Amino acid sequence: MQSKEQYLNLYREYRSLIGRHSAPVMNVLRDEAHDELLRMGFPTRQDEEYKYTDVEAIFAPDYGINLGRLDIPVNPYDVFKCDVPNMSTSLYFIVNDRFYLKALPKVALPEGVLLGSLKEIAEQYPDFVSKYYGQLVDTRSNAITALNTMFAQDGLLLYVPKGVVVEKPIQLVNILRADVNFMVNRRVLIILEDMAQARLLMCDHAMDEVDFLANQVIEVFVGAGASFELYELEETTPRTCRLSNLYIHQQADSNVLVNGVTLMGGTTRNTTRVTLAGRGAHINLCGMAIADSHQHVDNHTFIDHAVSDCTSHELYKYVLDDEATGAFAGKVLVREGAQHTDSQQTNRNLCLTRQARMYTQPQLEIYADDVKCSHGATVGQLNEDALFYMQQRGISHAEARQLLMRAFVGEVIDEVGLEALRDRLHHLVEKRFRGELGKCGDCSVCK
Amino acid sequence: MEQAKDNNKDKDPKKRTDNKFVRKLTEEKYKYGFTTDVHTEVIPVGLNEEVVRLISAKKGEPEWLLDFRLKAYNYWLGLEMPNWAHLQIPEINYQAISYYADPTKKKEGPKSLDEIDPEVMKTFDKLGIPLEERLALSGGMAVDAVMDSVSVKTTFKEKLLEKGIIFCSISEAVREYPDLVKQYLGSVVSYRDNYFAALNSAVFSDGSFVYIPKGVRCPMELSTYFRINAANTGQFERTLIVADDDSYVSYLEGCTAPMRDENQLHAAIVEIVVMERAEVKYSTVQNWYPGDAEGRGGVYNFVTKRGHCRGANSKLSWTQVETGSAITWKYPSCILSGDNSQGEFYSVAVTNNYQQADTGTKMIHLGRNTKSTIISKGISAGKSQNSYRGLVKVGERADGARNYSQCDSLLLGSHCGAHTFPYMDIKNETAVVEHEATTSKISEDQLFYCNQRGIKTEDAIGLIVNGYAKEVINKLPMEFAVEAQKLLSVSLEGSVG
Repeated sequence: MQSKEQYLNLYREYRSLIGRHSAPVMNVLRDEAHDELLRMGFPTRQDEEYKYTDVEAIFAPDYGINLGRLDIPVNPYDVFKCDVPNMSTSLYFIVNDRFYLKALPKVALPEGVLLGSLKEIAEQYPDFVSKYYGQLVDTRSNAITALNTMFAQDGLLLYVPKGVVVEKPIQLVNILRADVNFMVNRRVLIILEDMAQARLLMCDHAMDEVDFLANQVIEVFVGAGASFELYELEETTPRTCRLSNLYIHQQADSNVLVNGVTLMGGTTRNTTRVTLAGRGAHINLCGMAIADSHQHVDNHTFIDHAVSDCTSHELYKYVLDDEATGAFAGKVLVREGAQHTDSQQTNRNLCLTRQARMYTQPQLEIYADDVKCSHGATVGQLNEDALFYMQQRGISHAEARQLLMRAFVGEVIDEVGLEALRDRLHHLVEKRFRGELGKCGDCSVCK
Repeated sequence: MEQAKDNNKDKDPKKRTDNKFVRKLTEEKYKYGFTTDVHTEVIPVGLNEEVVRLISAKKGEPEWLLDFRLKAYNYWLGLEMPNWAHLQIPEINYQAISYYADPTKKKEGPKSLDEIDPEVMKTFDKLGIPLEERLALSGGMAVDAVMDSVSVKTTFKEKLLEKGIIFCSISEAVREYPDLVKQYLGSVVSYRDNYFAALNSAVFSDGSFVYIPKGVRCPMELSTYFRINAANTGQFERTLIVADDDSYVSYLEGCTAPMRDENQLHAAIVEIVVMERAEVKYSTVQNWYPGDAEGRGGVYNFVTKRGHCRGANSKLSWTQVETGSAITWKYPSCILSGDNSQGEFYSVAVTNNYQQADTGTKMIHLGRNTKSTIISKGISAGKSQNSYRGLVKVGERADGARNYSQCDSLLLGSHCGAHTFPYMDIKNETAVVEHEATTSKISEDQLFYCNQRGIKTEDAIGLIVNGYAKEVINKLPMEFAVEAQKLLSVSLEGSVG
């Protein structure tokens, strides 16, 4: 039996239960997503897009799914202590795929800004939400997104009205918590109207030693002149699999920064699709992965320069230790007529052991002539000369390696706009390289 | 914007007549487009087991080769045409092609090897390929001339044999040196390799065979000239080059075809074996008929080229100038299994009008301290699509592997496309792999600078394009480099200004 069957059967059996615990706006799209998943099936390694990540195998095990929305007893403040120090954020939690209502920050957001449970807001404002929900996703060609659309019952919605600036960064902590092998279908919808501004930090944590499969779909609409920063930090467990599909649609002169940091996890596959639909739009996509043991990190990005005068900048760095595997595929499409496009892509990778594997595919597809496009990719090791130089000056070999590795990923961290987060990331990366990340139980280091 | 202005200028009839230079060149654009009226024996169209047996019988092949062909044919039957390339390939009717055409077959009387039809001689004269040894430049080069499915003549064969070098058509090699052919044929490109390799292995006709014995440095350039003449035929040549220990050879390949409205299929295999400390330089100037300005006709060029650096310290260098063919699907590759072996790939691919090219290389590092360099320059004009597709693979045991890739694309015009699809699969931590790619158009500043100094726009573009491709053209042997440079400017005619 193919992996998809168990999910399709589950959906057919519990269709009404799923619908009862979700919003009508979300229910409308389920049947079509079911049909698409039935038609496509999960991608295999024969598919160019999933050559290095075996999606069929990821979905094969039998995971529990909380379709009946049973309460999972947890106080996020108890289990989650690892706040970013010195950074004042509006802190929200999502436990598994459910927006946590019992612990909301006291500080009010600017007027008109909506932030809360996707399900509840969709029930409250169905006409508004239906204009956006499911509009960016490619359920016809992406089976993982189709599965998410079929099952997703809740998640987060952030709406920033025209011209409103949310000064304080918003922090969203995704907590995975379960006693059995568990699957989560989380959905996030972000809408920034013209000239709006917001910054969002999303952290993934897994609290239990079970197999987690977190399937997340994020849709981001960025209006003309709006500015949005999204930071994603994954700090889960080797038994966690994260599948994330991020869709961004940008209007004229908008500015978006996405920085995805994978510090710890089992299997990670992030797919980012950006459409630059208005002139003068700018996207800055960054990512970093530090992987060891049998970790697998796969980042796929696709930037569609649909109109002229847009710029895109991409920087991805990987440090692979032990038997970790890394994959990166970045495609930039410059459509006919998209003149004066400026697109730069860089992917640099460090392989620290013989068993570490790196696969990289930077791709350019260009149909316009007055453009500046470049990509570069390297795979290599730490510079022997630099190591020698430092050892000569009394720095131990181990310490020198640490320094060089930190400097290597430092470039990505420097792209972070929030100073406190930047410091925190430098700190986390250092701890990660020392193998001390798991010891963060009571967070004595940070506090 | 400048481009748009230029286009308008072109539409203005007055301005157009001024541009005589461009017109003249445009008209004589594909000067190899003539046909030769020679009696050619063509077998009926279609492909089946009987045809494979017939080709084998016509060439008087031994049993083992027929078996090889039949195995390949049966394997091909189970395959599907690949569709992963960035190409729009119209459906090809493999039953509408004739797989064997022999222009040397006289209407009557026995065939003598020394007697070549004067028409065929004239054809190669016209193409500038000297088939008479006394006419060749001193030192010159040895040529194996292949027309349709048959090798017409190989020059300097005897002289080369004095040094132990075997240079002849592959059909002759099968007869004269069956052990060598049997040992190496299919050892680099198996018939199971891909769709077109299977097809070629089933129906291949002629091509060249080169064997350079141990310690011999080939004193002259070896060259094969491929010519398609007959209509409704395909050319399926097969080249096999073996360079034994400490030997050296520089091999050139050229090709042209008549202008026809229908598409012709060319599916070749080139296999190269490089032993210890040997070096092979393989240069191609590919100038198959590219089709007309409306995209009618042209050759479909689906080629599998691969070299295997088996010995330590061996070196293989591919240089290609691709200007012809309606569709090109070609990835000359190096398997670097000998320690310290080196692979190089230098390519200029030019597409104009409706041409499509998906070309690049594969560098497979298996031995220790293996090195590879990839320099690819794509130039697209008109409504053409030009893609670079490359793989750099470093195996687990390839300690100290080093690769440098650079692929640049130049776009002339706003309706063409330039794409890069590099793949890097690294399985060894000591590898250093670098890839860089840029895409740009000719800068206004450069043009302005040339104009200012009295150089016309067309000439300036010619200059800049040649300068851009120089890095690759410099790698070609001298005679070829001159031809390649001319070809570049002619291929781009009508695409600018």
